[in-house]
Amino acid sequence: MPPFFIITGIVTLLGAAFAMSLRNLVHCALAMAVAFSGIAALYLQLDAQFVGFAEILVYVGAIAILIVFAILLTRSGEAPEKSVLTSGWMAGIAVSAMVFTMLGWAVLNSSAIPKETPPAPVATVKNVGDALMTKFVLPLEIIGLVLTAAMIGAVIIALKEDSQKSKSEDGGQQ
Amino acid sequence: MTPLQACLLISALLFAIGFAGAVTRRHAILVLIGIELMLNAANLNLIAFWRFGPHPEALTGFIFVLFSMAMAGAEAAVGLALIIAIYRHKKTSNLDEVKELKG
Amino acid sequence: MSLIVKYLWLIPVLPLFAAGIIAVNKQPKRKLAASLAIGSMAIGFLLSLWAFAATLGHGEGAFREVFSFNWIQFGGPEPDKWMQLGWVLDPLTAIMLVMVTFVGMLIFIFSVGYMAHDENFMRFFCFLALFASGMLGVVIANNLFLFFVSWEIVGLTSYLLIGFWYHKPSAAAAAKKAFITTRIGDLGLLLGMVWLYAETGTLNFYDGGKGCLESGALATMLTHATIGGMAVSTMIGLLIFLGAVGKSGQVPLHVWLPDAMEGPTPVSALIHAATMVAAGVFLVARVYPLMSVGGIIGAHGVPVTTSLTVITWVGAITAIFAASIAVAQNDIKRILAYSTVSQLGYMMMGLGVGGVAVGMFHLITHAFFKALLFLGSGSVIHGCHEEQDVRKMGGLKKYMPVTFAVYAVGMLALAGFPLFFSGFWSKDEILHHASLWSVSKIPFYLGCTGALFTAFYMTRQMGLVFFGSYRGHEEKSSHGHSAHDHSHSAHSAESHSHDPHESPAVMTVPLMILAGFAILLGVIGTPAWPWFDAYLNGELAELHIKFSNLTESAGLMGASALIVLGGIGFGWVLYGKRQRKTATEKDVLEAAQPAIYKLLENKYFIDELYEATVIRFNAFAAWLCDFADKWIFGGAVLLVKYLTVGASWLYRLTDENVVNGGFDVGCGSIRGSGGILSRLHSGRVQTYLRIIGVALVALIIFLIWGRKA
Repeated sequence: MPPFFIITGIVTLLGAAFAMSLRNLVHCALAMAVAFSGIAALYLQLDAQFVGFAEILVYVGAIAILIVFAILLTRSGEAPEKSVLTSGWMAGIAVSAMVFTMLGWAVLNSSAIPKETPPAPVATVKNVGDALMTKFVLPLEIIGLVLTAAMIGAVIIALKEDSQKSKSEDGGQQ
Repeated sequence: MTPLQACLLISALLFAIGFAGAVTRRHAILVLIGIELMLNAANLNLIAFWRFGPHPEALTGFIFVLFSMAMAGAEAAVGLALIIAIYRHKKTSNLDEVKELKG
Repeated sequence: MSLIVKYLWLIPVLPLFAAGIIAVNKQPKRKLAASLAIGSMAIGFLLSLWAFAATLGHGEGAFREVFSFNWIQFGGPEPDKWMQLGWVLDPLTAIMLVMVTFVGMLIFIFSVGYMAHDENFMRFFCFLALFASGMLGVVIANNLFLFFVSWEIVGLTSYLLIGFWYHKPSAAAAAKKAFITTRIGDLGLLLGMVWLYAETGTLNFYDGGKGCLESGALATMLTHATIGGMAVSTMIGLLIFLGAVGKSGQVPLHVWLPDAMEGPTPVSALIHAATMVAAGVFLVARVYPLMSVGGIIGAHGVPVTTSLTVITWVGAITAIFAASIAVAQNDIKRILAYSTVSQLGYMMMGLGVGGVAVGMFHLITHAFFKALLFLGSGSVIHGCHEEQDVRKMGGLKKYMPVTFAVYAVGMLALAGFPLFFSGFWSKDEILHHASLWSVSKIPFYLGCTGALFTAFYMTRQMGLVFFGSYRGHEEKSSHGHSAHDHSHSAHSAESHSHDPHESPAVMTVPLMILAGFAILLGVIGTPAWPWFDAYLNGELAELHIKFSNLTESAGLMGASALIVLGGIGFGWVLYGKRQRKTATEKDVLEAAQPAIYKLLENKYFIDELYEATVIRFNAFAAWLCDFADKWIFGGAVLLVKYLTVGASWLYRLTDENVVNGGFDVGCGSIRGSGGILSRLHSGRVQTYLRIIGVALVALIIFLIWGRKA
């Protein structure tokens, strides 16, 4: 086990832990970004370079920023007064502990895990592109559709309400 | 412990942390962050199996993860739009208070 | 078939129609009722005369024509499996028809006057017409079943008429007593009828050789033997005679006849003197072939059989028994009632020792003079303003001369005054045959003693009622009427003096007609011209006014004349010449022999004996049945009731607690669990996530273990 692997893992996990437990939401978003970067490093070590860089681009570059924007738009930047934990949080901790235990036990004791390590694959961009265009062209197109739908949907959902309705609300309030 | 098992353990732990956060924190955006972490853990799992499993040259796991990341992005966009819409309507982003279907 | 036989059914049916029409009229229409009833009887009389004429003049053998029709089919479709009903016309039938319609018509006319002031006039005539219909049905019936039906109609109307004034408790009780006592006799008749049918297969009397009174059937019954070695014919004959015992008031079933005097006087005259009580005698005469089969032939060709012997003894005992009681009675109608019982005994004795002609002759003559006597007593009662006690009458000779005259005729006929009166000839026939009876001479002596008593008590009655001075005033001045007949209560004595008066013409004219016949009927039965006997047997009767015929019976005629005159003389001495002064004085005989007089006055205490034994037993049996009904059957019903109630209570309990309760608990638990489960729908996303996590763990476990296994 290369030590770098372990360090990267620890960094990722720490980042995730902090992302879930800090009080200030912006700090949480930043910790999340750290976690994402850690995962990208792990991908690189696992010879999945393209995925690693895609991870940086998508997650750190888009999703983390998106989350920061959402924090901004929902005025959650201030430190909250009350507890950050929801009611019944102990049940949640217990369930997640159960989940980890189960998964860990499955991983360690399963017979489906292969013993040898095959040689490193060649996952060049060219290969990936080829695969995308030949073998996986249908999912590619569908992904395109899904992304379009998601974009339109997100716009519609987050759109400001009808101007007449907002006018009547304003009229009522005055 | 094989490298595969190590990777899998890390991904399991990451998943558990993300799950713990999703079910524990009050704020809706933090639930989303937890969900993203869970998704990432799954992706890591996939890559590990692609790297250490048979036929890595088929690139199946690889492509799977690419699509998964794309889906994660779409889902994060829609989810955050939802949170913003709910915040506008209910003036709160506290999940404890958003528990009725009645608008 | 001669025309009259085809229409013979009209004779009983016309009074039946009259009764029906009267019954449906609610408003009193007295003229209509009376004219319907009398008219139907008059037409019946004319038809009877026609029938009588048809039966005359046949040389060889008696006239007998039968008309039968099919009534009901049982058994196979062959005609002889049908039950037939029908009527017969023969000399016996014809003579009875003439007598019943004629006497009935006269009594109906008398009733118009007698019941003029009664408010139930319509009902009376309806019942009278119904009775006439039943009696005529009895006379013409050729089938024992039809005979029985008519017999029962007669019994029913007797009950209705005895209890005509039903609000009087004594009348209601007397009616019940009459009905129940005759019912005991009818039971014997019914048993005899059923047995006869079983033996011979037919109930028709005369059926062209197949009837139950014809030689084939009689021979069958003679050969079969039954209990005690008696022939079946004897047993059946005795059973049928039991019916006659009830209806004709022979000892021991005579107890109802004196009490039947509670009814109005025309009823007593018609039913309990002339016709209904004669029906029993008629029955014996009708089934005489059955009674007389297989016997030894005695004097004058009269057979001697067991049945006839029994009949003779019963008749003789009844004759003397009732005559002795009549000596000590004080009610004018009761004397006549016991006299009737006694004369019925004579008739039965006559049938037993002398055959059909002897018994029937006395029946015919008795009908006329007894009806006359009863109607005369009715006239007396009417004239004395409903007084019936002879001790309170007296000297009515000068107040009611016509009644006195006709009553005297009747009394002499009944007593058997020699030569001129019919009673002498008919009673003499009976005594003549009794003296020749081969079994025993005792009935003859009993008959003679009875004749003595008869003459005595009738003279006593005449003396107390018509001679001397009127004793009725002293009672009336002290207190009111101790009236028996309430029919004239509206017309009581305020308006006129308390003296008795003669009755109106509508009542006296029938009396005079009856008196005429009481004298003249003797003519048909004298030994000089035995027309009646010959007529009944279908022979030619020659007129032998030769005294050589009379010598045979001259000795007996002289003896009976002596007896009668002796009785009349004795009675005259005691009651005619030496009149009692007051009403409450003791009777002469009572003063002389108080113990015997008490016994006779109380009718030998027979009623009390029956009361103590039969009635008490019956009451006990009734109580037992009531007890069983209340407790055993009622108990069973109650048991079922309680079981049902208990079962339904149990069911209700189950339904309420088990079924409803279970249902309630089930529904409640479902609601409760629903309430609990609804808490899962908290609406909180994180809760849902937790549950998904748990599910994921469970799934993994399942998959891993499943794989491992």
